[in-house]
Amino acid sequence: MDFLILVKNSILIIIKIIFVIVPLLIGVAYFTFFERRIIGYIHDRSPNRVGPKDFLRPIADVIKLLFKEIIIPNKANKLLFIITPIITLVPFLLAWAVIPFSNNFVISDINIGLLYILSMTSLGVYGVIIAGWATNSKYAFLGSIRSAAQTISYEIAMGFALVGVLMAAGTMNLKEIVNAQQGGVFSWYFIPLFPLFIIYWIAAVVQTNRAPFDVAEGESEIVKGFHLEHFGTSFGVFLFVEYANMILVSILAVIMFFGGWLSPFESYFPSGIICILLKTMVFMFSFLWFRATFPRCRYDQIMSLGWKIFIPITLIWIFILIIFIGLKLPPWFNGI
Amino acid sequence: MEYNKYIKSFLLLELLKGLSITISHLFKTKITIQYPEERIPISSKFRGLHALRRHYDGEERCISCKLCEIICPSISIDINPINRIDNTKRTNLYEIDLFKCIYCGACEEACPVDSIVETIVLDYHLGHLNERFMSKDNLLLTGDNLERSMFIQKEY
Repeated sequence: MDFLILVKNSILIIIKIIFVIVPLLIGVAYFTFFERRIIGYIHDRSPNRVGPKDFLRPIADVIKLLFKEIIIPNKANKLLFIITPIITLVPFLLAWAVIPFSNNFVISDINIGLLYILSMTSLGVYGVIIAGWATNSKYAFLGSIRSAAQTISYEIAMGFALVGVLMAAGTMNLKEIVNAQQGGVFSWYFIPLFPLFIIYWIAAVVQTNRAPFDVAEGESEIVKGFHLEHFGTSFGVFLFVEYANMILVSILAVIMFFGGWLSPFESYFPSGIICILLKTMVFMFSFLWFRATFPRCRYDQIMSLGWKIFIPITLIWIFILIIFIGLKLPPWFNGI
Repeated sequence: MEYNKYIKSFLLLELLKGLSITISHLFKTKITIQYPEERIPISSKFRGLHALRRHYDGEERCISCKLCEIICPSISIDINPINRIDNTKRTNLYEIDLFKCIYCGACEEACPVDSIVETIVLDYHLGHLNERFMSKDNLLLTGDNLERSMFIQKEY
C-alpha cells in the first residue's frame, strides 16, 4: 500500500518536472529568437530569413549546434572539460525545483526556498571556474576569473537585497512570500523595497554576465570568456545555462518584488500562472533592452559599484526597513 | 555642484534617458528593404551589366570602330576586327573583363551606333573565375534578353 502511494507520488513529480523543463527549453530557444528580433527592432532593422518571420531560426540553431564536431584541446583536462557543461547546468535546473508558478503548482514546496535558491545560484560559479581551468587556455582562464569575481562580489549585494524581502515577508518559503503580498499592485514589495529592487535587478544583470556587464567576453583582449574552447553541444549547454539563468533571475524578481502569480487588480483579473509568465516576460525584455542601450562598463567600475555603493545602500535600507516594520506600515507590514 | 552630480547618478537619470530613446526606436517604422522581394528604385541612367544590341532585322550593331576600346579608362575591352564576306567590318572577338571594368559608362557614350550599352542589371554572379570575361555571345545574349523585357531602353 505504501509502495503504491510512493510510485504514484513519484510519477506525479516526474510529470510536474516535465511541465517545468519542456517549457523552459522552448522558452530559452525562443528567448534567443526574441533577442535577435527585439534588438534588431531597436536598431531599426529586422532579420527574417529562416521560415515565416524568422520563426524557425532557434530550431536551425539547435540543429547546427547538435551536429557540430566537439573538439577537445590537446592539453585540456579531458574529464573536467567534458563534465563542466553539466556542472554549470545542474545547479540552475535544480533551482527551478522550488519556484512556485501558482498556489498549487510547485515541484517542491520547501521552507527554506530562498536560501536554497541562493545556494544553487552560487554553485554555478564552480562551473565557470572549472571550465576556465580545464580548458588550459590563458584566455579562457582570464575570462573565467573575471566572470567568477564579478559574480561572487555581486552575490553579496543580491543576498542583502533578498534579506530585505525576507524581513518584510517573515518567511523563506517562496509561496508564503508571494501570499504575503496579496491585495493588488500597491501591496507588492517593490514599493517599500524600491532601492533593494533596483539593486537586486542590477546585480542580477551582473550575475548573468549580460551586457553592459559582460566583461568576461572581450573580443580584442580576452576573446570569448570561459567557454572559449567549447564547440557544438557543450557550447550549446553553456548558452542554455546563460539564458535559463536570465529567465530564473527574472522569475525570482517577480516572486520577490512583484507578487508572483498575483494579479495586479485582483477584483478585475484572476490571479494565476498567466500573470507570473507575463510579468517574467517584462523582465526578460528588459535584459534585451539593456543590451541594446548601454555600452560596456569598465571592470574596475563594476567592482567599485558592487563593493562601495551597492552593499552600503542595501545595509542602510535594511535599517530603514526595520523602522517601517516597527511602525507596522500598512498595507505591507501590518500583518507581521 | 558636487551634490547635483550625486543626485543625478543615484536616480539613474542618464540611464533612464538612454532607455527611453531606445524604447522609442522599438516602435518606429522600419526602413529596411527586404532585398530579394523588394528593391530600391533604380535610376534609368544606372550603369550595370554590359550588353551588345542588335538592329531590328537581327543584324548586330557593332561596326568594330574600336572607339570604346580607346576611351575605356581601365583598358577592360578587347576587340579583334575582321572583314566579313559581305564586305562589312565586324568583330570576331569582343570581350569585357568585368573585374577591370569600373562601370563609368564612357563606352556607351563613345559608341556611334548605340551598340554597347550598360543595362540596369545590378546583381549577377559568376560561377567560375573565367566567367568574368564577358564574351561576344554572352553580351549579345544579354542584349537580346533585356531588349525584349524593355530593360535596355534608356532615355537621354
